[in-house]
Amino acid sequence: MQKRVESQVTSHESRNSGSWPDDIHGVLAGMGVKQVGYVPDSGHARLINLVRADRGMRAIPLTTEEEGVALAVGAWLGGERSALLMQSSGAGNCINMLGMVNECRVPLLALVTMRGHWGEFNPWQVPMSQATVPALEAIGVVVHPVDRAAEVSEVVAAAARLAFNTCRMVAVLISQRVVGAKAFK
Amino acid sequence: MARHKNPTLDRRKVVAEILKQRGDALVVAGLGAPTWDAAAAGDSPLNFYTWGGMGGAAMIGLGLALAQPKRRVIVITGDGELLMGLGSLATIAVQQPRNLALIVLDNERYGETGMQDTHTRFGVDLAGMAKAAGFRASGTVYSAARLKNWIPRFHRQAGPVFCDIKVTSQPAPMVLPVRDGPTLRNRFREALLGAAEACQ
Repeated sequence: MQKRVESQVTSHESRNSGSWPDDIHGVLAGMGVKQVGYVPDSGHARLINLVRADRGMRAIPLTTEEEGVALAVGAWLGGERSALLMQSSGAGNCINMLGMVNECRVPLLALVTMRGHWGEFNPWQVPMSQATVPALEAIGVVVHPVDRAAEVSEVVAAAARLAFNTCRMVAVLISQRVVGAKAFK
Repeated sequence: MARHKNPTLDRRKVVAEILKQRGDALVVAGLGAPTWDAAAAGDSPLNFYTWGGMGGAAMIGLGLALAQPKRRVIVITGDGELLMGLGSLATIAVQQPRNLALIVLDNERYGETGMQDTHTRFGVDLAGMAKAAGFRASGTVYSAARLKNWIPRFHRQAGPVFCDIKVTSQPAPMVLPVRDGPTLRNRFREALLGAAEACQ
C-alpha cells in the first residue's frame, strides 16, 4: 500500500515536472505582473519564453540582477507589479540594492533557480549556493524553498501574495532537484 | 579618450533650469548631491529621492517609464552613481522607452566621499557609451547655451535621451529632503496613482 502511494506521487511528480514553468507563468499572469526582469538561467528558459510571448507582460533582459531590483522599485512606484528571475549566483549581486527595497517597503517577488547543490558538477557554483539563503535573509528577504515540481505553483502563488499584500521582499528558491543539474557534455 | 575641458556650469542652476519646465514629469534623483539638487529646486511628491541603492537610479527610471508610458520620466543622477550601474544603459536601450530622459550631473568627482576623481575625470565618455548602447539622443554639455538647447529635449524628445552635463565640483549647501523610505514611496504613489492605490 505504502509503495503504491509512493509510486502514485512519483508518477504525478514526473507528469508535472515539465510544466512548472507554465504554472509559474499562470500565477504571474493571475497576479497581474506586468514587468519581468531576468538574467537567464537554463532553469528559467521556458518561463522566459512564455513571458516573452505574453503580450500582457514585458520581458526585460538585465545585464546584472541588481538592475532588476531597482527596476522593481520603479515599476511599483509607477503602479505596476513586477517579478525578477535569476539563478542563485545572481542573489549575491543584489544585496545592497535590496537594502533600498527593504527600507522603502517595496514588494519584490524573486524567482531563483538554484545552482551549486543537488547533483552539481561545477565546484565554482557551490559557494554562492551555500550563501544564497543566509545572504538573502540577512538583508531581509523572506525565503520560500521548493524542492518538488508539483509544489512550485502553490509556493510561487503564496510568495506573490505575501510580497504584494504585505509589501515585502520574497524569494522562491527552486531546487536543482526540480530544475535538473546542468549536464556538462 | 577625449581631451579634457574644465567644467564651468553650476549644478544647482542647471537642475533649477531643467526642473522649472518639468510640468507633471516624474523625477528620480540619484543618491548624494543630485538628491540635494532636486530638493533645492523645489520639493514635489513626484520626486523620488534615493538615499541609497547606488547604481540603481537609471533602472528605477526605466521601471517607472514602462509603468507610466504617458508621463515623462526624468532621472537626474551623478557620474559616480551611473558608473556603478553602466549595464543599465544597455538594458534601457533594449527597451527604448520613449518617455525617459537620463541626465548625469558630471562633476568628475565622488562628491560625498572626499572629492576623489571618478573615471570621467580621466576622459571616460558616458554620452558616448549611451549612444553606442542605442539611446536615441545623447550628448555632453559644457555651456549654458548648449544646455538651453537640450532642456526641451529632456522634456519632449522621443527617448531614451541621455545627457552628460559637465558641472563644477564646487560644493553647494546641503538641502536635505525627506529621507524615510516609506514616506517617500507613499507620497509619490499617492500623487501619481491616487490615495486609494498608494498603500496597496
